[in-house]
Amino acid sequence: MDQTSAGFKESAVTAMANAGLQRALARAKPHFAHRRQAAVDALPEFEALREVAKDIKNHAIANLDYYLETYAASVEAAGGVVHWCSTAEDARQAVLGICHAAGARTVTKGKSMVTEEIHLNDFLEANGITPVETDLGEYILQLRHEPPSHIIAPAFHLNREDWEASFRLAHTDLPADRVFRERRDLLTEARGKLREKFLAADVGITGANFLIAETGSSVIVTNEGNGDLTQTLPRVHVVVTSIEKVVPTIEDTLSLLRVLARSATGQDMSVYTTFSTGPARAGDPDGPGEYHVVLLDNGRSGMVGTEFQDMLRCIRCAACMNHCPVYGLVGGHAYGSTYPGPMGAVLTPMLTGIEAAGNLPNASTFCGKCESVCPVKIPLPNLMRHWREREFERHFTPPAMRYGLAFWAFFAKRPALYRIGTRLAALAMGWAGRKKGRFGWLPLAGGWTKARDFPAPEGDTFFALYSKGRK
Amino acid sequence: MTREAIIGAIQRGLKRGPLPADQRAMLAGRVAAHPRHLTPARGKLDLEGRVALFTRYVEREFGTVARLGSLAEVPKAVVEYLAAQNAAPALVVSPHPALQAIPFGEAPLLDVRFGTCTPADASCLTYALAGVAETGTLLLPSGPLTPTSNNLLPDNALVVLRAGDIVACYEDAFDRLRLCGPMPRNVMLVTGPSRSADIEQTLELGAHGPRRLHVLILDGEG
Repeated sequence: MDQTSAGFKESAVTAMANAGLQRALARAKPHFAHRRQAAVDALPEFEALREVAKDIKNHAIANLDYYLETYAASVEAAGGVVHWCSTAEDARQAVLGICHAAGARTVTKGKSMVTEEIHLNDFLEANGITPVETDLGEYILQLRHEPPSHIIAPAFHLNREDWEASFRLAHTDLPADRVFRERRDLLTEARGKLREKFLAADVGITGANFLIAETGSSVIVTNEGNGDLTQTLPRVHVVVTSIEKVVPTIEDTLSLLRVLARSATGQDMSVYTTFSTGPARAGDPDGPGEYHVVLLDNGRSGMVGTEFQDMLRCIRCAACMNHCPVYGLVGGHAYGSTYPGPMGAVLTPMLTGIEAAGNLPNASTFCGKCESVCPVKIPLPNLMRHWREREFERHFTPPAMRYGLAFWAFFAKRPALYRIGTRLAALAMGWAGRKKGRFGWLPLAGGWTKARDFPAPEGDTFFALYSKGRK
Repeated sequence: MTREAIIGAIQRGLKRGPLPADQRAMLAGRVAAHPRHLTPARGKLDLEGRVALFTRYVEREFGTVARLGSLAEVPKAVVEYLAAQNAAPALVVSPHPALQAIPFGEAPLLDVRFGTCTPADASCLTYALAGVAETGTLLLPSGPLTPTSNNLLPDNALVVLRAGDIVACYEDAFDRLRLCGPMPRNVMLVTGPSRSADIEQTLELGAHGPRRLHVLILDGEG
């Protein structure tokens, strides 16, 4: 999926013409924003808690080596195994090795963006192991062979009729003439189908929202309970996660949880927040016999100490994409990357290289809404700006844009010339547009005027008016 | 090898080698002391206030609450609740000592089994170590007498919680957990019954976990 980031412009145009997608986006987007605002308004400490959350993550990253070592030692003390993985391939092989050692035929999966990042499902299938997604949204996407379009609401782009059609196609053992009266009927059917899978799986794979150095715990957050069934019922539990998720203590985790669900779905707290620490203990009546952590780097350590270090604070709440005007128009698939929206535009070039993902940091109006709702205050527009600078420096920007910028820069560095030039342009355009007061087309600005008119200047330039006003 | 490579890359990024001993000691001290940060004021009420707030949030999250005087009232409350849900009068009970003390003999028509819930069991009774007023959240640790499956598999999840165990914030609940010993294998914070909003971002109850959550709050000390 990552390789299509380069085609963002084309995908965006296609997405805007997709009536089904536009219907889904129009329905879902205000919903997320309103719910978040209501939850924030109900907690007077929310703004202060954002600062707390930011400080906790900054502290963890400034001492990431120490906390990772401490975390690994705690996992091992609890009887778990940590698999350190530099690359996506290392992580895939680690998971496969665990599955082989367990003699696994089927694995159930809780929702995990890191497993999407490493394309784990295709790899397991190619190696004769059947992965079953158990999050409702991920489940239907697996039936439809589609990637998620949103990091917390993976089937964001689908409408109810899509669900019905996919279920009828996949669940052929059920009566063909059954009726889905309500959404709940779809949910009930999926619940029944997946119960069998939970019980039959040899290995359960989940992600982690947080890793706790103090206790060696992995923390997952779900509303469905699928992640809990995934990590409780099979013989082996594998946590596939990444290095920046580590925080020092339970208390640090609790503070982050207070901003996570509110920023994500607008809930005060998700239904299930679960701390898992090692395999089943002596005397435990249930729980997995083995507990593994596949700990992935995949470019993250390279962000430490760079202008992109702030991005490592991200707790994957999706508030940035839920409030992004660009995401709201094109949806998640147009980005062509595992992580869409503003956070994806910053993270993806780090994971796949700016050559492949250079378009993504440009997919922003820099309105700043993403930064204003980020629970850990990541300066997302600034980070996208850094990527644009890198893209320009490395000559990945198209020639026409480079020449245009060079032309503008020549004048911008010579203020007197700039003033004369803009004044002449304003006068000329004012004269040319004196009848209509606007332009339906302008040379070199066809892309701009295609969708709207350009107003004709009236009177003098800003500089000239400003100078007059001051006297 | 990979471990050293990742740690090395992080240290290069941080422009330093391994932390000096005094800084390591400082960080170890922070972990050992696990200081709490800002906690919301809204749960910081007297006992009755905490019970009321907890109840309000459980109900807002589509759970239900019954207030009982003592353990002796549990059998009747369970029978009535299951009947109201059209559920069979059968109950799996976590073998926690407090639940073993319930006089189930007073409800002869209720089929009670102490142990671990299976997919065939529709209703289950568990014991919460604490309730959190802040958001109407239950804290359910795993252990030999408190199987995790019992929180997850039944359609009807019934939970006994003592009023005195309802605390202001999550931190207070984890302080109680720390007093019980090392971190259990599994600790669940549960806020309402299972749900999903994956279909058209519209909330539907009854995803993979319990369809209903019913909290029996017992008067008296924790």
